[in-house]
Amino acid sequence: MTSLDSVLEKCRAENRAALIAYIPAGFPSRQGCLKVIQTLADAGVDAIEIGFPYSDPVMDGPVIQEAADISLKGGTGATEVFEALKAASETGTASVVMTYWNPIERYGVEKFAASIADNGGAGVITPDLTIEESETWLAATKANSINPIYVVAPSTKDARLTRVTSMTGGFVYAASSMGVTGTRESVSIDAKDLVSRIRKVSDLPVCVGLGVSTREQAKSLAAYADGVIVGSAFIKLLLNAKDEQAGLLAVSQLAKELALGVREGR
Amino acid sequence: MKSFDLLGHFGQYGGRFVPEALIEALDELEAVHNQTQKDPVFLAELAELHRTYTGRPSIITEAKRFSEHAGGARIFLKREDLNHTGSHKINNVLGQALLTKRMGKKRIIAETGAGQHGVAAATAAALMGLKCVVYMGEEDTRRQSLNVARMKLLGAEVVAVTSGSKTLKDAINEAMRDWVTNVHDTHYMLGTVAGPHPFPTMVRDFHKVIGEESREQMLEITGRLPDAVLACVGGGSNAIGIFNAFIPDANVRLIGLEAGGDGVETGRHAATITGGTPGVLHGTRSYVLQDKNGQTVESHSISAGLDYPGVGPEHAYLHDVGRAEYRAINDDAAMNAFALLSKTEGIIPAIETAHALAGALIIGNELGPKANLLINLSGRGDKDVQTAAQYLGIPL
Repeated sequence: MTSLDSVLEKCRAENRAALIAYIPAGFPSRQGCLKVIQTLADAGVDAIEIGFPYSDPVMDGPVIQEAADISLKGGTGATEVFEALKAASETGTASVVMTYWNPIERYGVEKFAASIADNGGAGVITPDLTIEESETWLAATKANSINPIYVVAPSTKDARLTRVTSMTGGFVYAASSMGVTGTRESVSIDAKDLVSRIRKVSDLPVCVGLGVSTREQAKSLAAYADGVIVGSAFIKLLLNAKDEQAGLLAVSQLAKELALGVREGR
Repeated sequence: MKSFDLLGHFGQYGGRFVPEALIEALDELEAVHNQTQKDPVFLAELAELHRTYTGRPSIITEAKRFSEHAGGARIFLKREDLNHTGSHKINNVLGQALLTKRMGKKRIIAETGAGQHGVAAATAAALMGLKCVVYMGEEDTRRQSLNVARMKLLGAEVVAVTSGSKTLKDAINEAMRDWVTNVHDTHYMLGTVAGPHPFPTMVRDFHKVIGEESREQMLEITGRLPDAVLACVGGGSNAIGIFNAFIPDANVRLIGLEAGGDGVETGRHAATITGGTPGVLHGTRSYVLQDKNGQTVESHSISAGLDYPGVGPEHAYLHDVGRAEYRAINDDAAMNAFALLSKTEGIIPAIETAHALAGALIIGNELGPKANLLINLSGRGDKDVQTAAQYLGIPL
């Protein structure tokens, strides 16, 4: 059982959804990222996803693209990702890495899974790794007792949902709508339908991401999901802040709001 | 090593590395493609379009004066430059446009570097009454403004991509983001033999007519198969198109010429197989120009159409098993061949194609006067006149 499994079980016992926050390593800077992580943990976030910034992020909208550009220009690589992961796990929150596949393959599949475990990580979210290409990855995650977390979409058919969720560990990442990351005015009704379809084929916790930015949205998702994932909304605050202090304060305020939201849904 | 499986692998290359959101669309595309490849009605419709619209079969021209610079080897040019829209790209877009209609989709999106695929896609969309959006790096819209105007004349919307390096690779990223969002009514008309399965096989199937025609034509003209078949390789669609029919002919050498830019040793090049390493980019595993963290490295070439840090997975496989060879041609050598073909044969080639011609000068000298070389003259050079004039010091 990973620390992520325990956190999600605890939230289930408290009859509430978990709050999961995403921040790319090296953003807004190497040190700044570590402060954001502490701020998120202090504000009541249950789990933290550390993003591995990538040159060709086809699943991401303009906000995360900009953060990735800034991070890569600052020289972020695997070292900084594992440093941030370690910092996140040391705060006591469950921590995972979210990354496109190529950085894992380049680092070495076995070695990557081992480094995740060595730095206290509970799992890895791989949004562009299909189950057909997963053989070595699944062996590596199993050998290192970490969760392989797959993303499913509203277009994923039931038969495939069964196959993908059967290979997933930790939680099933449900993309709320068809599209890329970024804040949206409303979370699509597709999300509810997708979550109920996942429930029919899997007992794993289901966490919903893509487009969530407000307490109200968190509350409405918490009514039926086991977790709510927020990324772009935090990054936007950091990009727009006049200085680092103001950015951290804004992140803290939003995280506290969202932490209330995930407790109000049921 | 298994050469091909149902998941779209060529040995260790190919496959699918995409968000789940796209799987259903890729499955649908694969099913429709497999169906139509066995459907005589579909194949007849496409062949008729090629006869009456593309101008197929394309002819073969023997380049006798150019051959004098190639060690006397006989050089034969497969004239894809004479196709409608001026390059081989039309073969693929007409096929994919027919598939789009079969799937009941009304909108196509495409990426383009130099603009040749964008123009071809816009052309096919105009012909078949489809809505067309073309993503093009902002840098490229400036370098190739004439092609932007052509696409607009054809009724397409051209979106200048400002993210990342603002070139072809970022145009593909943006097209994929559009596709993830609008996949219910949109087909992504990818322009080369890369991307997730089934694109590498599907695009090859639409271009293999080049090799099939050439093989027959060469037998007719020379009474035997050529000693070597040469083509330029960016993503690699024209090369796969002409190679495919010759793959079983073990005595025919298949040679791909990559863009060496300033020289592979300088790091400023687009020679992905020569200078890259295996990795995953844009949904497929192949050779990639990348750094130690797996970040894509920017490519450099005088030819916008070859300026891409990836390459089709079948080329990676043909390279590894030794069936095809790949060499890099620097900008200078390509531009010399560009000028030489223009002056000796009265044919101005695309700068992309000029890389294959520069390869012919080298290979011809290696093989000597008894050799027959077949070159895919993949595109014409009208679009490159400005770049060439600047490079060769011709005042405009």
